[in-house]
Amino acid sequence: MNNAVKILYPLAAVTILVLLPLLTLLGPSAEFVFAVIIPCLALAAFFSGFIYRVVRWAQSPVPFNIPSVGGQEKSLPWIKDDKIESPGNNWAVTWRMFLEIFFFRSLFRNSRADLVAGQRLVYGGSRWLWLGGLAFHWSLFIIIFRHLRFFTEPVFPPATWLTNLDSLFQFSLATLFLTDFIILISLTYLFFRRVVSPQVKYISLASDYLALLLILGVVISGVLMRSIFKVDVDAVKRLAISMITFKPAVDSNIGLPFYIHLMLVSTLIAYFPFSKMMHAPGILFSPTRNMKNDSRAVRHINPWNHPVRVHTYEEYEDEFRKPMMAAGIPVEKKQ
Amino acid sequence: MADKKLTPQEMAQVNYLPPAGDWMDPTVEFKRGTYCYAAPLKNQEALQLPNPRQWNPQDKDWKLPLDFKQLVIGGMQERLDKFRSWKLFLDICVRCGACADKCHFFIGSGDPKNMPVLRAELLRSVYRKYFTAGGKALGKLGGARELDEKVIKEWYYYFYQCSECRRCSVFCPYGIDTCEITMFGRELLNLVGCSTEWVVGPASSCFRTGNHLAIPPHALKQSLEFAADEIEGITGIKIEVPINKKGAEILFVTPSGDFFAQPAWFTLLGYIMLFHEIGLDYTFSTYASEGGNFGLFLGADYAKSLNAKIYAESRRLGVKWVLGGECGHMWRVLHQYMDTFNGPGDFLQQPVSPITGTKFENARSTKMVHICEFTADLIYHHKLKLDPSRNDRWKVTFHDSCNPARSMGLFEEPRYIINKACNHFYEMPENTIRERTFCCGSGAGLGPDENLEMRLRGGLPRASAVKYVRDKHGVNMLACICAIDKASFPPLLEYWCPGVETAGVHELLGNALIMQGEKTRETDLRGDPLNPGAEEGKTDV
Amino acid sequence: MFDKGKVLGGLAIFLCLGTFPLWYIAAQGKAAYPPDPVIYPGSEQCVESTEYMSKYHMQLLQQWRDQAVRQGDRVYIASDNKTYDISLTGTCLKCHPNKAEFCDRCHTYNDVSPNCYNCHNIPPQPAEVLGGTK
Repeated sequence: MNNAVKILYPLAAVTILVLLPLLTLLGPSAEFVFAVIIPCLALAAFFSGFIYRVVRWAQSPVPFNIPSVGGQEKSLPWIKDDKIESPGNNWAVTWRMFLEIFFFRSLFRNSRADLVAGQRLVYGGSRWLWLGGLAFHWSLFIIIFRHLRFFTEPVFPPATWLTNLDSLFQFSLATLFLTDFIILISLTYLFFRRVVSPQVKYISLASDYLALLLILGVVISGVLMRSIFKVDVDAVKRLAISMITFKPAVDSNIGLPFYIHLMLVSTLIAYFPFSKMMHAPGILFSPTRNMKNDSRAVRHINPWNHPVRVHTYEEYEDEFRKPMMAAGIPVEKKQ
Repeated sequence: MADKKLTPQEMAQVNYLPPAGDWMDPTVEFKRGTYCYAAPLKNQEALQLPNPRQWNPQDKDWKLPLDFKQLVIGGMQERLDKFRSWKLFLDICVRCGACADKCHFFIGSGDPKNMPVLRAELLRSVYRKYFTAGGKALGKLGGARELDEKVIKEWYYYFYQCSECRRCSVFCPYGIDTCEITMFGRELLNLVGCSTEWVVGPASSCFRTGNHLAIPPHALKQSLEFAADEIEGITGIKIEVPINKKGAEILFVTPSGDFFAQPAWFTLLGYIMLFHEIGLDYTFSTYASEGGNFGLFLGADYAKSLNAKIYAESRRLGVKWVLGGECGHMWRVLHQYMDTFNGPGDFLQQPVSPITGTKFENARSTKMVHICEFTADLIYHHKLKLDPSRNDRWKVTFHDSCNPARSMGLFEEPRYIINKACNHFYEMPENTIRERTFCCGSGAGLGPDENLEMRLRGGLPRASAVKYVRDKHGVNMLACICAIDKASFPPLLEYWCPGVETAGVHELLGNALIMQGEKTRETDLRGDPLNPGAEEGKTDV
Repeated sequence: MFDKGKVLGGLAIFLCLGTFPLWYIAAQGKAAYPPDPVIYPGSEQCVESTEYMSKYHMQLLQQWRDQAVRQGDRVYIASDNKTYDISLTGTCLKCHPNKAEFCDRCHTYNDVSPNCYNCHNIPPQPAEVLGGTK
């Protein structure tokens, strides 16, 4: 499949999603569909899909203890073991997972190998992907957290604190959020490396572009809505609160840009459980990261440990008894 | 071997640009020198592999069973239900590409399908087609492709171009382990009767004779007696090597390569000398005469079947615990699988060193100790007299074998032994050792001669690092703790960086070991004059 | 091994966090609290329509500031061609003298903290002085 096609289809899909909310101009019932029904369906898809996928994973057992070990094992008392990279107890595993989830520890190790003249391989640190990925995920988290101002009343104080931290800069009278900038830059980087790097381009699927374009769409619509195409923020919050209290009411003054933003967000969260974005809960399930390197000290149980065909010693000796006896190797049966 | 022999300069001209077109079109060109021959019918039958037949990867028609599609899809379903890792690793990859240049086969070949991510996508694309709604609905746009004969051929090519070394899994942000993917792929290939000679041959031999090399018991005994004779020639000490001895304290299991192949043979001499010197009450076994486990390269059930002999034999002989020799994938099985496969080993006792009294807490359930752990403990407690100057002609570097490194974390013990047994030790660059170590390129059953070009390509990163320390420090000895390393490094280093030899850690130890009552040694274990010009050697630090 | 407990526990935590607003609002008991800005009688309508003002009052204030302070032009021609004196005290505060009851209500509700008041000191205006009602 042509690479351009892999980008064009997702781009077309996102464009359609941006145009769909124009239907809200038809009147209050169309507005109700976009403001209430679609988001509710998306939330239902998100939660049920998420739980379904996680439960499906959990239904398969972990038959073997297979951590990827990155440090000295715990063996002799005088050899210092690597508590994090060769975790021996639950605390160590928790710490290893914490560093993995919050700081992308494995990706931090990233290097690049270059083959230069004289059959020499040169390794260099390559932390751009780590930095871009970390910047994107943390910004996304902070932005989602900031959105709690729409979903809590009175506003959840930590959301206010984080908002204040995030708004250190102002442009004219408007508050500019640092995270808005960072997420735009990092998403652009993540998108361009999929287009520019020949290898990453080669491995990218349409779904990789779709995820990036959808999130870019959400971010751009959000930023534009804050800065240029204003919406009635008050009406937005009243809508959110009305939905949380199960008495949905739509204010007709809310504004088209909001519906575009909401449409993209709804699609994103509905798509989440059925996409690679499930790496979020997935990392917690990863047996190479969440297991202890103690497999010789504690027996790991495999629930389907079925018997297999074995060649017993008796069968072996039956075949080789004569030469064994001739060679003076002890045997069980003399005949 | 390649049609036209490539010089190292030519082979190192690697083009990393992916070809035009889409990877989803299967690659089915089997280039000479880069693939393994199919398993002969008799070996397939000996292991009772499904759908056995005589065939050849170069054939146009692979004579796949008519229902191969159902067999593979059914096999996928069954395995997805059994292995969380497989299900998860098919689902959560984001294709970030961090793994790409971590694979020695990609670095050495530039073939994009040797990027771990794409190797897995070869399976994922089929998984999506038959197991996910998006793949079913969108087809190629959803990253899904139909399973056909070409895909099977492509799997055979690329799942036997992965040495299951787990290096990519260390760098993957989600810990996706291509070893698991490759194991999954090879199990599926087994179902439709596609396996390689170099894996199935040794595995079927091991099943019957107890070891990969098909050494019958009497020949093994001869081999051990020959080893004792050699030791006597070198040290003047006559050693009786115990074999199938009931009531011994310890069963010693080592890869069968040690019994015949050089340079692994010299490691065997080292073990026997060590055990004699400390007066260990141990025994070799002819039935469990293989530590390695080529069943692992076929599938979990075959690994379990071959591994079962170790516990069975230790029960029969009534030993207290088991000691394991130097081997890579052997220790993957012993450390991460054996107890689960064939345990509990509760008829054994928690391993205690009879010499130092050290309790091996880390092996208290499996009851199996790595020889490096055992020896390092001996040296630490000053139980061995060592003369490292006997190794002075070697400038040594250490290759962390993939499995003891990334599946076990055995880093310090072998280094400790080398440092006590040798005077000149140099580490390779940090991106190529310990958990980042590079495979020799021949692991996981990729070692046959017909696959030589791919082995050399896969070995390039490791060889390049060896070359670096050879040129910088004059390193001329690569120490390692893996039987496949010992078989694959001599040709690999000869090709990429001549002048560096290969040895097991316990060969170096055997050289340095001062044995009670030994005569003045004139040669090392290789029969080469000990320290030509020893005096100059000592000042050359 | 299935880690059933850990998986179910994890899913429970996920659900709790995912539905945080639901139980937070229930616990706070202020679910129905609407922002209720108090407007004093002065004129039928603000300088522009209510719909426009609710979205763009910040832009408008910024435009007024620039026009009055930087260009010295204190006349605003609204979209209905009415003219207004550009003056915070003279025009805005005439109908909205009550920061706490007008500005702050929505600003607090939506958790916005505009920096107008960094410079503009708006004295508290007791209701009885103005004699206004809702």
